[in-house]
Amino acid sequence: AYRTDEGQPWVLPVVKKVEQMIANDNSLNHEYLPILGLPEFRANASRIALGDDSPAIKENRVGSVQSLGGTGALRIGAEFLRRWYNGNNNTATPVYVSAPSWENHNSVFMDAGFKDIRTYHYWDATKRGLDLQGLLNDMEHAPEFSIFILHACAHNPTGTDPTPEQWKQIATVMKRRSLFPFFDSAYQGFASGSLDKDAWAVRYFVSEGFELFCAQSFSKNFGLYNERVGNLTVVGKDADNVQRVLSQMEKIVRTTWSNPPSQGARIVATTLSSPQLFDEWYGNVKTMADRVLLMRSELRSRLEALGTPGTWNHITEQIGMFSFTGLNPKQVEYMIKEKHIYLMASGRINMCGLTTKNLDYVAKSIHEAVTKIQ
Amino acid sequence: SSWWSHVEMGPPDPILGVTEAYKRDTNSKKMNLGVGAYRDDNGKPYVLNCVRKAEAMIASKKMDKEYLPIGGLADFTRASAELALGENSEAFKSGRYVTVQGISGTGSLRIGANFLQRFFKASRDVYLPKPSWGNHTPIFRDAGMQLQAYRYYDPKTCSLDFSGAMDDISKIPEKSIILLHACAHNPTGVDPRQEQWKELAAVVKKRNLLVYFDMAYQGFASGDINRDAWAVRYFIEQGINIILSQSFAKNMGLYGERAGAFTVICSDADEAKRVESQLKILIRPMYSNPPVNGARIASMILNTPDLRKEWLTEVKGMADRIISMRTQLVSNLKKEGSSHNWQHITDQIGMFCFTGLKPEQVERLIKEFSVYMTKDGRISVAGVSSGNVGYLAHAIHQVTK
Repeated sequence: AYRTDEGQPWVLPVVKKVEQMIANDNSLNHEYLPILGLPEFRANASRIALGDDSPAIKENRVGSVQSLGGTGALRIGAEFLRRWYNGNNNTATPVYVSAPSWENHNSVFMDAGFKDIRTYHYWDATKRGLDLQGLLNDMEHAPEFSIFILHACAHNPTGTDPTPEQWKQIATVMKRRSLFPFFDSAYQGFASGSLDKDAWAVRYFVSEGFELFCAQSFSKNFGLYNERVGNLTVVGKDADNVQRVLSQMEKIVRTTWSNPPSQGARIVATTLSSPQLFDEWYGNVKTMADRVLLMRSELRSRLEALGTPGTWNHITEQIGMFSFTGLNPKQVEYMIKEKHIYLMASGRINMCGLTTKNLDYVAKSIHEAVTKIQ
Repeated sequence: SSWWSHVEMGPPDPILGVTEAYKRDTNSKKMNLGVGAYRDDNGKPYVLNCVRKAEAMIASKKMDKEYLPIGGLADFTRASAELALGENSEAFKSGRYVTVQGISGTGSLRIGANFLQRFFKASRDVYLPKPSWGNHTPIFRDAGMQLQAYRYYDPKTCSLDFSGAMDDISKIPEKSIILLHACAHNPTGVDPRQEQWKELAAVVKKRNLLVYFDMAYQGFASGDINRDAWAVRYFIEQGINIILSQSFAKNMGLYGERAGAFTVICSDADEAKRVESQLKILIRPMYSNPPVNGARIASMILNTPDLRKEWLTEVKGMADRIISMRTQLVSNLKKEGSSHNWQHITDQIGMFCFTGLKPEQVERLIKEFSVYMTKDGRISVAGVSSGNVGYLAHAIHQVTK
């Protein structure tokens, strides 16, 4: 979760404002939402992902399912794919998850009934970057119709994203091999500060004619973690297909949670549908993204000034909340035990934990760990 | 071409269809008796005063939006357990239970269904009363369980077929799962009397069945939360380690906030800890952790003495209005000159009433009187008000005389 420079959780100012508006609105009650969610939320959420000028939206071939966070969106999508993709109830369709990925991806698809979950090459530890060749190779050799979970931006946990050129190569192979793109978009806006930039890959795939799913989370970019606000965007060939898909997703939702929670969706819908509130929100998002970007550049420059062995440009080249520092498990142990700095054994740090007050200490500690421990 | 060419259009929801048709109707006397949500005497949704107060208190505390634990808000789950089990419950006091927050009643039922599929190896069979809530079957089926039924409702008397139920239940294979509605049976409104619950407890114990209680209407049925939880508490006192799903949609009017809980009564606190760890493993890949808003409101109400008192009064108010509508419907039918026995309307309890009307009669009610209900003759008494109960009685009399 995001933290301020004081190390505190941050409720976005625009969220506070909108919550007050909702509280003061006596015409609102707590009645059930429709099964697929609040209509104004669904439409706005998908518009954010695909862009105001999205041809798919114009052509009326986009569907949306309000879900319990990004996880809920992934689960509804996974349940639907298991029932209806590549035949009926084909649990053998391979599902590819990046190595590494968010650990819950595996569990979501397993619990949805898929029996064959595999990894695709992603992180190259030696060069501390994307293993594009490994990735493309895995796609070339994946069985036709395999499902690939793609991180739309700010890859979790490595912070390493394909460049636009690399995305183009990925799309080319996926089209040729008839692979299904399931995007996980948990950081739109939060990664670069630009909604459009962070959605580039998803929109590119749409423009290339793919049918795809995109699980969206508004936990980070709206700071609405515990309200569980998510959206599954469905892009299909035409309105008729999308309509039938949604009717079946409705049945899946009905036995999972019946209908989604209203509070978070109201906050997001109200914000996104008002030009003024939307601008305020964009400013709040940029505040968060900029702070993280600042911490990245400050950490890198300190390490380089200290002359810490190795190269540290990956700290600023990576994007989003997390950074794969390259520290090995022994160095991580040193950081935890000797310096009381807590990070994952993988060397992953949460950039949100850095503040102007602790930057020096963290940089020095990394320097010590790298020079003392091999 | 599309990946989805072969995807069939899902069948329309039968209850939604009722509301759709009602909305299109231009008759000023129209009535929507399909609605599964409480309405006040003006036919409007009712936000409880204690809910508004709780919301104001929560807003003033300026809490953050950090993720809840996977199992939910602890103050909420503890208060939910205490509400269901009773503060003097040995199971509650000893801590030999686990309660996790669920997405209202549906989400809680589904957590339980998934838990049974993964950990209850003795049987795949879940026995539902005939009839039961329409969504029970698909929930258990999607979780990978099989559905069976036991006799429950007697359409000839519009009441409980107790001997049929006892007969069927006594023949259920040992270690099967039986689902019971704790109070205000949906859709019939027919509940066992306390002596009948005692016999039911004895037979499920004898058959060694796993008991799954669905309690969606505690407080809303009789107006008394302890009375409505009597069966749940009696079973536990008899040594039956039940599992339980609770909803706060109706009794707190928190429908769209999705506040619910799933509880497992265990042998001891250690078993409860182990069960909890497995429930979390099931929840994480569904939606990671639950939504805070409804749970915070419910927790504030249950844990603040003044608000809790106010809530108990408001819940009784809702239940009393429903009961009064039942009484008025019957007296109005008599006034219309109906010679039929309508006693089941006042004998039944909760939001719903199985009128006993046949499909042809329901069709006439819809077409000729703009009175909308589901084909099975079920009406939501919440949709009846002092302003339209006379019209309803008149319409029913016309199609049944």
